Amino acid sequence: MLTGNMSAAWGARVADVDYVAAYPITPQSEIVETLSKWTSTGELNAKFVNFESEHSMITAAGAASLTGARVFTATSSQGLFYAFEALYTVAGWRAPILLVNVARGVGMPMVLQVEHGDVLAARDSGFLQLHAETCQETLDFILIGYRLAEDRRILLPVMVNMDGFTLSFAREPVEIPDKSQVEDFLPRYSYPRPLTGDEQVAYAPTMTEGVPYTFFKYQMYAASIEAKHVFKQIVRDFSRVFGRGYDVLESFMMDDAEYAVVCSNSYSSIIRAGVKALRRRGVKVGMARLRMIRPFPREELAKALEGVEAVAVFEQNLAPGRGGALYPEIVEALYHMPEKPKAVVPFIGGLGGANIGPEEVAYMVRVCEKAVKTGIVPQHPTLLLREDDWSKLRESLKVSGLPVEKMGVVHHV
Amino acid sequence: MAVKLSLANYRTDLHNDWCPGCGDFGILSAIQMALADLQIEPHRVAVFSGIGCSGKTPHYINTYGIHTLHGRALPYAIGAKLANPELTVLIAGGDGDGLGIGVGHFVSAGRRNVDITYVLYDNGVYGLTKGQASPTLQRGLKPKSLPKPNINDAVNPIAIAICSGYTFVARGYAYDTKHLKELIKKGIQHKGSAFIDVLQPCPTYNDIATKEWFGGEDRIDPATKKPIPRVYKMEDEGYDGEVRDPSEAAEKIQAAIMKSFEWGDRIPIGVFYRNPHIPSYEERISSRIPEYLENYPAKQVIMDANNHPTARIEDILNEFRIL
Ligand SMILES: Cc1ncc(C[n+]2csc(CCOP(=O)(O)OP(=O)(O)O)c2C)c(N)n1
Ligand code: SF4
Ligand SMILES: [Mg+2]
Repeated sequence: MLTGNMSAAWGARVADVDYVAAYPITPQSEIVETLSKWTSTGELNAKFVNFESEHSMITAAGAASLTGARVFTATSSQGLFYAFEALYTVAGWRAPILLVNVARGVGMPMVLQVEHGDVLAARDSGFLQLHAETCQETLDFILIGYRLAEDRRILLPVMVNMDGFTLSFAREPVEIPDKSQVEDFLPRYSYPRPLTGDEQVAYAPTMTEGVPYTFFKYQMYAASIEAKHVFKQIVRDFSRVFGRGYDVLESFMMDDAEYAVVCSNSYSSIIRAGVKALRRRGVKVGMARLRMIRPFPREELAKALEGVEAVAVFEQNLAPGRGGALYPEIVEALYHMPEKPKAVVPFIGGLGGANIGPEEVAYMVRVCEKAVKTGIVPQHPTLLLREDDWSKLRESLKVSGLPVEKMGVVHHV
Repeated sequence: MAVKLSLANYRTDLHNDWCPGCGDFGILSAIQMALADLQIEPHRVAVFSGIGCSGKTPHYINTYGIHTLHGRALPYAIGAKLANPELTVLIAGGDGDGLGIGVGHFVSAGRRNVDITYVLYDNGVYGLTKGQASPTLQRGLKPKSLPKPNINDAVNPIAIAICSGYTFVARGYAYDTKHLKELIKKGIQHKGSAFIDVLQPCPTYNDIATKEWFGGEDRIDPATKKPIPRVYKMEDEGYDGEVRDPSEAAEKIQAAIMKSFEWGDRIPIGVFYRNPHIPSYEERISSRIPEYLENYPAKQVIMDANNHPTARIEDILNEFRIL
């Protein structure tokens, strides 16, 4: 039994990383604490450096990667935000580092628990993104992530997302692969023309003109698109060696589904339970869980949702002026289908670690049914709050003299 | 002022979650006592903090409290002070916060000499994230969270502050609250940037720089049978960091920097350096905008009754018109 944080640390350990760049932040700290312990005992033969900020941490990670070292790093929330400039920089360097983001809400107001406002803000940084539902996936995505990042056709950094608290501190059964298996799957890392002193190479020239700049930007884009196909080849290998297979998305009970919930990460376990409960009542509902967010698996998603009447999109992030960050991407993926679902309904929940349960899944499906019947799709995302949370919130609003209608779109089951 | 303000006026009823015995309690009460002594009304004080255990200080002081981002308390505080120079602005921040991730602001602030008071909670560790080495931890030391001794050298907060341009630089000790209170009062009264490095034992993670160690409990004087404390007050030994005439500034700076390297068996506390002859940033602004101190930004009306901006673009454009 391992926590998500320990699974991530084990992922780095079995990937035999050479360099760990660290800066503490809750709920990630346990990962780098563990790696710091292992490097000091010699259980992991790597250089561990604790930096003075995430900005220096990511920059150093990228530079170390160009020397030919396999690099691991991890952060959360405010830390990811402070690293932002450096994220784009190392991606532009084509430094194939692996970063585990332990998802946490972003201040203000400050919160420690899960939400995807952090990781999704980095969706256009050039990092490829794999999002884990379980501790096992977290570990496996680290191995798959290195293989993907370091593939000569790709050479882009990879971000593996694991949810704060619900995964980082939750224990689940996890199989730790043994060394020979990993060696079979993950070749030694070598960087083309590494920064080792044998040859002069310019890694990050300044472009004074738009055309060469466009060329480099397009190269990154093309590699990121290619990453989906390379991922599929890699996971075939992964399943040969480890007996576990992963596709860019998971279709659960989708075969004859009339309704589908699209989601990602650890709350998918709750949604899966909700889907099962509805199935027992004869409701034809399934779940499509995104494992890969970058590149966005739009064809696979469209295929998974073929024949579905309506789709509920469940997201744990809320962008002012917009809603969920992934909703437009999902709608776009479905737009070109010959027979699109009649409604794609946005829902937001689980912000800052707030709970949802199977009742919320049932509610989402009811809203979808209604949207199909009436032909009216809610313009704004519906907030999902559990009944007990909603009554607590209502009490607090009353105490502070704020109008309860302020939370007009809140649904409580 | 009709009613005399007491300590109670500066307390909040929020639950305090610092560990028992934490030096932060001493710093908190020294700040509250200083404000009460100076009779500064709570609504005329703003306490800014970064992120860390130390960052929770504003939650426990009944003034304006702004819990900012990790390493960023200074720019927030400076912004508020310049917009409202009548406000008493305090900064409460950790050593990791101010001298690690935020050290760029720390140095830049010294160049401006804005009238603020920065209280640094110097515990040698990142308390909130469970005890990693902070920038003030000496190389070779191994507090209990570190698997191996610290590989980095420590920075010297006093010397950095002096070299960056802070015009009041002092060190206090969290468990000598009376002395610390006096330092904070002097810092607040000083017109310019005041920096107070506070030795703050963290009983949970720093098992080296402990209260017992500062108190010298491992060194018993055979004559008196009492411990020989490591911390001592410079002023008791005749040290004087005050620049009385601008011509002696360089000399005082050198003496203060020399003094700041004293550590180990004897650790000085008190005022290392104070130079009242450097103009504050507020004075520098006033020399360009004479009405600044009477009509500072916080007082300015920016909208009229119809929510139209009071600034008229025509007036601004007219300034550029070539006749
Ligand atoms: C950008 C960013 N990175 C990391 C963190 C996590 N973090 C919170 S407090 C802290 C260090 C606190 O140490 P210090 O400033 O010495 O304060 P203390 O807890 O010792 O008072 C860190 C790294 C954060 N809040 N923001
Ligand atoms: S961890 Fe250390 S600094 Fe933080 S509250 Fe506890 S004793 Fe104080
Ligand atoms: Mg500290």
